[in-house]
Amino acid sequence: MTKGFIHSTESFGAADGPGVRYIIFFSGCAMRCQYCHNPDTWHMNTGKEMDADELLNQALRYKEYWGPKGGITVSGGEPLLQIDFLTELFAKAKEKGIHTTVDTSGNPYTKSEPWHSKFMELMKVTDLVMLDLKHIDNEKHKGLTGQPNTNILEMAQELSDMGKPMWIRHVLVPERTDYDEDLNKLSEFIKTLKTVERVEVLPYHTLGIHKWETLGIENILENDGIKTPTKDRVENAKKILGAVQ
Amino acid sequence: MKDFQQWESFEGRLWKEEVNVRDFIQKNYTEYLGNEDFLEGTTEATDKLWGKVSEYYKEQRAKGGVRNMDTDIVSTITSHKPGYIFDDEAGQALEQVVGLQTDEPLKRAFMPFGGIRMAEQSCETYGYTPSPELHKIFTEYHTTHSDAVFSVYTPEIRAARKAHILTGLPDTYGRGRIVGDYRRVALYGIDFLIEKKQEDLANCGCGVMVDDVIRQREELAMQIKALKEMKAMAASYGYDISAPAKDSKEAIQWLYFGYLAAIKTQNGAAMSVGRVATFLDIYFERDLKAGKITEKEVQELVDHFTMKLRMVKFARIPAYNELFSGDPVWATLEVGGLGQDGRSMVTKTDYRFLHTLENMDPAPEPNLTVLYSKRLPSNFRKYSSYISIKTSSLQYENDDELRPVWGDDYSICCCVSATQTGKEMQFFGARANLAKCLLYAINGGKDELEKGKDGKPMQVAPEFAPITSEYLDYNEVMKKFDVMMDWLIDLYVNCLNLIHYMHDKYYYEAAELALIDTDVRRSFATGIAGFSHVIDSLSAIKYAKVKTIRDENGMVVDFETEGEFPRYGNDDDRADNIGVELLDTFMKKLKKHHTYRDAEPSTSILTITSNVVYGKKTGSLPNGRKAGEPLSPGANPAYGAEQNGLVASLNSVAKIPYTWALDGISNTQTINPSALGNTTEDQVDNLTNVLDGYFAKGAFHVNVNVFGVDKLLDAQEHPEKPEYANFTIRVSGYAVRFIDLTREQQNDVIARTCHDRL
Repeated sequence: MTKGFIHSTESFGAADGPGVRYIIFFSGCAMRCQYCHNPDTWHMNTGKEMDADELLNQALRYKEYWGPKGGITVSGGEPLLQIDFLTELFAKAKEKGIHTTVDTSGNPYTKSEPWHSKFMELMKVTDLVMLDLKHIDNEKHKGLTGQPNTNILEMAQELSDMGKPMWIRHVLVPERTDYDEDLNKLSEFIKTLKTVERVEVLPYHTLGIHKWETLGIENILENDGIKTPTKDRVENAKKILGAVQ
Repeated sequence: MKDFQQWESFEGRLWKEEVNVRDFIQKNYTEYLGNEDFLEGTTEATDKLWGKVSEYYKEQRAKGGVRNMDTDIVSTITSHKPGYIFDDEAGQALEQVVGLQTDEPLKRAFMPFGGIRMAEQSCETYGYTPSPELHKIFTEYHTTHSDAVFSVYTPEIRAARKAHILTGLPDTYGRGRIVGDYRRVALYGIDFLIEKKQEDLANCGCGVMVDDVIRQREELAMQIKALKEMKAMAASYGYDISAPAKDSKEAIQWLYFGYLAAIKTQNGAAMSVGRVATFLDIYFERDLKAGKITEKEVQELVDHFTMKLRMVKFARIPAYNELFSGDPVWATLEVGGLGQDGRSMVTKTDYRFLHTLENMDPAPEPNLTVLYSKRLPSNFRKYSSYISIKTSSLQYENDDELRPVWGDDYSICCCVSATQTGKEMQFFGARANLAKCLLYAINGGKDELEKGKDGKPMQVAPEFAPITSEYLDYNEVMKKFDVMMDWLIDLYVNCLNLIHYMHDKYYYEAAELALIDTDVRRSFATGIAGFSHVIDSLSAIKYAKVKTIRDENGMVVDFETEGEFPRYGNDDDRADNIGVELLDTFMKKLKKHHTYRDAEPSTSILTITSNVVYGKKTGSLPNGRKAGEPLSPGANPAYGAEQNGLVASLNSVAKIPYTWALDGISNTQTINPSALGNTTEDQVDNLTNVLDGYFAKGAFHVNVNVFGVDKLLDAQEHPEKPEYANFTIRVSGYAVRFIDLTREQQNDVIARTCHDRL
């Protein structure tokens, strides 16, 4: 049995997918988003090594709380970096009738093999993809995350084409992702996708900043004095993107 | 069989043969499955009255907590002339439900029967001078409950009381927790109830006068007298309650007069209203169908009744306020629940009571309690969740656990404890501080904080051999803890026995018991404090290494715990099982004892806000809690112990079997709104999911708060902001206005785990 590197778990997730969910945070991410609130999950091959049965047995202790829509969400870190383990976990979850959601940046997505076939296997056992679109402009995306967005947008397109339900999430950061021009472009892109069930605007918050300090990493947003967006700007973004209120 | 004209169109017959409100309800209520769209806002009268009452609250706050007080009238059912919210007749005409405890709004009555010292001290605290004449009467001519109790206390009980290993004993005030079936006044009218009690008196005993028969006869005579006084009191307000209520307005008014009689005569720690919503709905439905009343008028009745319940106040002393902060009276009132036939008992009036929190701001009283089941209509579950999210003023109890034990007509008699309405009373009192008991086991019965006259640690328990080793051995500790618990429980039962003997004798609840069956069932409700700390401490001793730190007397005053150990609150059976076994041990020991009037023993794991005071009197513990720090409230896990999120914590609490702690297991949780979902609809659904899951696990109770720590901090710094005037939060088993808590308790609330999003 494959083992995964697990950063942590949370018994009560009510804001990461439909219903109440058990959240599993995978370790490792290649993105270096300036606003990341979990920089402690960046490193690969760290955390606790756990197998799928262990995690699901844990999760099932809470199934009574999930309601008709809940289940498990794998977040991170970047779950797709441990795609073999993730697929095994979700396949086992589906055998037990558990709703599966992956919360991803889409960054590991590639059409090249063997990765792409693995991705298609994963999608067979994934009920919902929560895709974080961090910036619609490729250059600005690189500036914000250190990575391009071309493959991420390709992934969104492929999910749409295969009919996979999607929630699009966009973190609203003043002076980074909060310009009407970019929001409008993002909105146009989202409109081309056929399977988007929900768009969520997540206002940037500073609760994770202490983690940067603990890890001794420089936080550019903090240095630039960037605060949480105003209510007006959040409402504006929600309106442009057609996000839930 | 009686058949009053006022009962026209009501179905059923057993309830006409005997006093049986449950039968009446089951035969006549209309289950409501729809949503909240039918609800109406306030009337002009409601706005004016509530506006005035809100002014009185402000005035009360400005005067340091008391608006006015009686100093020379002893409160009885008929002691006061009628009181109204407004002085003038036009204002008085606005009140659809009338009656105040005294002759003035928020004026606190003088109630010396529980103890003259406490009554006088309450007056003096707020700058009033109690009547010297009453002092003479209640010290020279009349024995109060408190005097009687202290005259029979043993030195051992006094020591335990002083050291606070037994705390919150109802030996200076009313014991409370007795819920009269106030619905009886509306359904039957007073004359019929008197007739029935006279019948009981005539049939009491076989003519041989032994003490229990004599006592019963005297109690019945007192009950009949109280019923007659209720009539006189109602008459002073211009109502004749000798016959049954004929319509909606009379039903709610008659019921309230019954409750008013109770709160005029008793200042019990809990003065519950009981389960009245489904009952009242039957009258409302009859009048609505007949076109005699509109929805707006029905809501007005419910709002005005609720307003009265919000105004109930007692004169208290500072020590009491420290124990039970925020001036609570536990006017607990239930909505929801299922009937034995499987129908939901949710009616439109259950909605109307919850809706008072929208119509007249959030408020701590009445202590609104939702009797929850996954099988309640989903519309109602969602509306309750919505109101919780909006007001943080509700608590939830598991009807699926309660119903099998208490049937489908139970009321909550205190903060969370159940009682069969009209059939039962409680001998309640105090808590055994098991955290201190554990320290006594280690220190050979010496108190870790309290010093004796010689300046040495006070020997409270018998001088059992203390633990002398540097590191604690689990088996040795458990053995000694077991013996110490035997001692403590033995003392506790004796203490409660004599308190309740004296309470029956000197401060009998005639008004409440007049509305309860003569053949009353009695329960003997004890309590446990320090539950989670004992679990974690025992777990530390078992799974980690606990080193003792001793002072110059050789007393263990602190601990150094090396290594990790499982903690209660993480859904980890290794820790949670310790809690379950602890409760089992406690109950087994308790059940060995003879209880006063053969009351049925039970226990609770709830501490109200007294966890702060209890903590002050408790030394450092092996789980890392330092001397003087608050204990966690009720059955809540210890501060900082919860590492796996909300539902893992809920799972731990849900493992404690309710049937082993039939007096209740309280749990208070605070959730940040954003952690509950990204939209209001999600938040409502998810809170409902959490409640469904928690209660499906067999849990008993939860207080739900939905706000962030930032709001608490701001309210603490700026209590003058208008939005905080009615900012209500749930604490262990009741609700308070946050700004009415002592600063210490505010800090405690802030320090507690708030389940936030990651």
